[in-house]
Amino acid sequence: MAEALDLSIYVRRDAGNAHMDLAVEGVGCAGCIRKIEQGLLQVPGIVDARLNFTNRRLSVDWREDALDAGDVIRALERIGYRAHPFAPDRAELDEAHHARWLMKCLAVAGFAAMNIMLLSVSVWSGNANDMSQETRDFFHWLSALVALPAVAYAGQPFFTSALRALRTRRLNMDVPISLGVLLALGMSIVETASHAQHAYYDSAVMLLFFLLCGRYLDHAMRRKTRAVAGNLAALKAEVAHRFDGSELTIVPVAMLRPGDRVLIKPGERVPADGTVISGDSEIDESLVTGETGRRSVSAGAAIHAGSVNYCGALTMRVAAAGAGTLLDEIERLLAKAQAGRSRYVRLADRAARLYAPMVHATAALTALGWLVAGASVHDAIVTAIAVLIITCPCALALAIPAVQVVASGALFRAGVMLNSGDALERLAEADTVIFDKTGTLTLPEPRVDNANAIAPDLLEMAARLALSSHHPLAAAVAREARDRTPFDGAIEEPGQGVRALVAGSEARLGSTAFCGLRTDPRAPHVPAASCIAFSYAGRTTLLAVRQKLRPDAVSVVATLKQRGFDVIILSGDRREAVEPVAATLGVRSWLAGLDPVEKIATIDLLKGQGRRILMVGDGLNDAPALAAAHVSLSPITATDLTQAQADAVFLGDRLQGVLAAVSISRRARRLMKQNLWLAVIYNAIAVPIAIAGYVTPLIAAVAMSGSSILVTLNALRGRDPAADVSLMRSAVATPPGLRTRSI
Amino acid sequence: MTVLLYLVPMALALGLAGLAAFLWALRSGQYEDMDGAALRVLSDDDVLG
Repeated sequence: MAEALDLSIYVRRDAGNAHMDLAVEGVGCAGCIRKIEQGLLQVPGIVDARLNFTNRRLSVDWREDALDAGDVIRALERIGYRAHPFAPDRAELDEAHHARWLMKCLAVAGFAAMNIMLLSVSVWSGNANDMSQETRDFFHWLSALVALPAVAYAGQPFFTSALRALRTRRLNMDVPISLGVLLALGMSIVETASHAQHAYYDSAVMLLFFLLCGRYLDHAMRRKTRAVAGNLAALKAEVAHRFDGSELTIVPVAMLRPGDRVLIKPGERVPADGTVISGDSEIDESLVTGETGRRSVSAGAAIHAGSVNYCGALTMRVAAAGAGTLLDEIERLLAKAQAGRSRYVRLADRAARLYAPMVHATAALTALGWLVAGASVHDAIVTAIAVLIITCPCALALAIPAVQVVASGALFRAGVMLNSGDALERLAEADTVIFDKTGTLTLPEPRVDNANAIAPDLLEMAARLALSSHHPLAAAVAREARDRTPFDGAIEEPGQGVRALVAGSEARLGSTAFCGLRTDPRAPHVPAASCIAFSYAGRTTLLAVRQKLRPDAVSVVATLKQRGFDVIILSGDRREAVEPVAATLGVRSWLAGLDPVEKIATIDLLKGQGRRILMVGDGLNDAPALAAAHVSLSPITATDLTQAQADAVFLGDRLQGVLAAVSISRRARRLMKQNLWLAVIYNAIAVPIAIAGYVTPLIAAVAMSGSSILVTLNALRGRDPAADVSLMRSAVATPPGLRTRSI
Repeated sequence: MTVLLYLVPMALALGLAGLAAFLWALRSGQYEDMDGAALRVLSDDDVLG
């Protein structure tokens, strides 16, 4: 490597030692751990190396005077692993912190629940036999001693969330939970002080323990998804050639600053927004605008991150995020679309809004009823609180997170990663699917279209030869190569093609003139394709390179339509390019040549008709449309801004993820509703018993754990992959870092 | 029943010790890499080294 690689932003320095985190590719077995750690520790200067097998990340410490970051990466390469430096983002760090806190709360609640239950069971059996009042009071006071600090600590996640909701004058599930727990504790203390027979310490703590289990699992699933997403982002390893007056340095894209001069070689992606200073070239902006035709640029032209440079080297100056760039326009539209989207109320919160007032009214009526019937104030209040405890929303509060965990796990295995917590519910509601064309229905990179019509040996040879070229068209041809070793002595002639001597004859890949072809009568007639010629020992062929449909696009669209979805294509590309795609897929409603504003307008129009829209798109120009839709998906190849907007991201070359997302989320929603009904039925049985005043702590404990186990078991049915996701089996090639087991 | 006066607090103290041990393990990062820990136990080079 002639140019120096500058990785300083990833390195943390501390007293002569440097530290870096890396995402490692290809870690698959126990042997890798030892190979990597031992291999690195043998390198002089490396102080510590530790591989986290769960998230495929390696943390390395080394003495700063002995090595630099590039040496570490090269050392890993010698061992046989490709690694990419990586800085965990803010959100990931916050989530790790939160997960630890939840785990601590869970541990405290678990400890308290076990020990209080030990005391409670003794009291229950003692009440049936001949326990003395002193012993019972002693046990109750001991329970209080454990329960009070435990609830004060482990209840925090619920108390803070309930307070936050109340401050904004809303109700969420945490309000009745907090109220139930606090009332149960308060009443138990009063009862203990008056030497009564029943106390509910165990109910309060067990409720917290069950709910914390649900929350922790939910959170762990989301963290796992985020870790994989972080690795994938690091594996993209976007670098730029920065030119600082005299020398070129390779820097990570994150390190580019406005005003930097960057060299973009042919075949490379434009790393940032900016203007061309010198050079002439054609660029492919399909990731930015959806347009598949190329645009020629020269000095002064504005170019955007994500475009691919085709022919000549360009020098650009990175623009400040200022007025007038396309990105600003997109961001303005995004802000508008987000503001226009109504706040989605989650199923659990909707249930809480119905549930909380009803439960509290029932409790109040119970107290009143007993007072009217002539009971003492004390008895009336105790019965009312018993109603609150027995209706304790344990089953109700677990009903949805349990399904959420199981369904996001199923989605994860299908290669779909959820970005937002309520995406699952919104996905289930979609009835119209809008696809972007370029990069979404079609593969993000062009492929050889007439591969089947070319003699296999000729195609293989062309593909291997293409490995030696930097031209984007050649890159498309190179994707056909089965043998990934380039020919020895291949020479690239800029602007012409690449040639090599193979078995005594010359093979040439490039322009028709370069390969000695005139207009070939056998030229494949493919519209909107770019042709590249190949000649070898007197045999010639033309390869048509164009955007191809994803391999399963036709079957996925057909299945979606069969399931009653309305499928629409909204593309920024020209009419001539969109029409054949729509025809192949059998999609009758399509619009071409749309800019971001028109895409939003179309979505708003459809929303006005009461449709719930699932938008699938990848381009920068789709980002506002994704934000405006009811729910959105994007392929992992989408621009960063677009991925950030999408509710979920799917991996791989196939469109299968869309189908999996829709099927699994619908199934999940069915299970959520079933679970809510189970909780309602449970309450319908338990509440009359409580109103009648027959609830003892034993009955409360049995009812609570029984109902929680029931909804959890029902949620686990979401794991069953057979049902309507049979198509997923063949899905998604496993991407690096995703070789994880199910949770 | 006076035996309870020291048996029960003793049981609680043992429970607390368990909780403390768990929190210590959590703090020292032993739950950061569950999959790796399961595999590391099989590698025996720390015996040699």
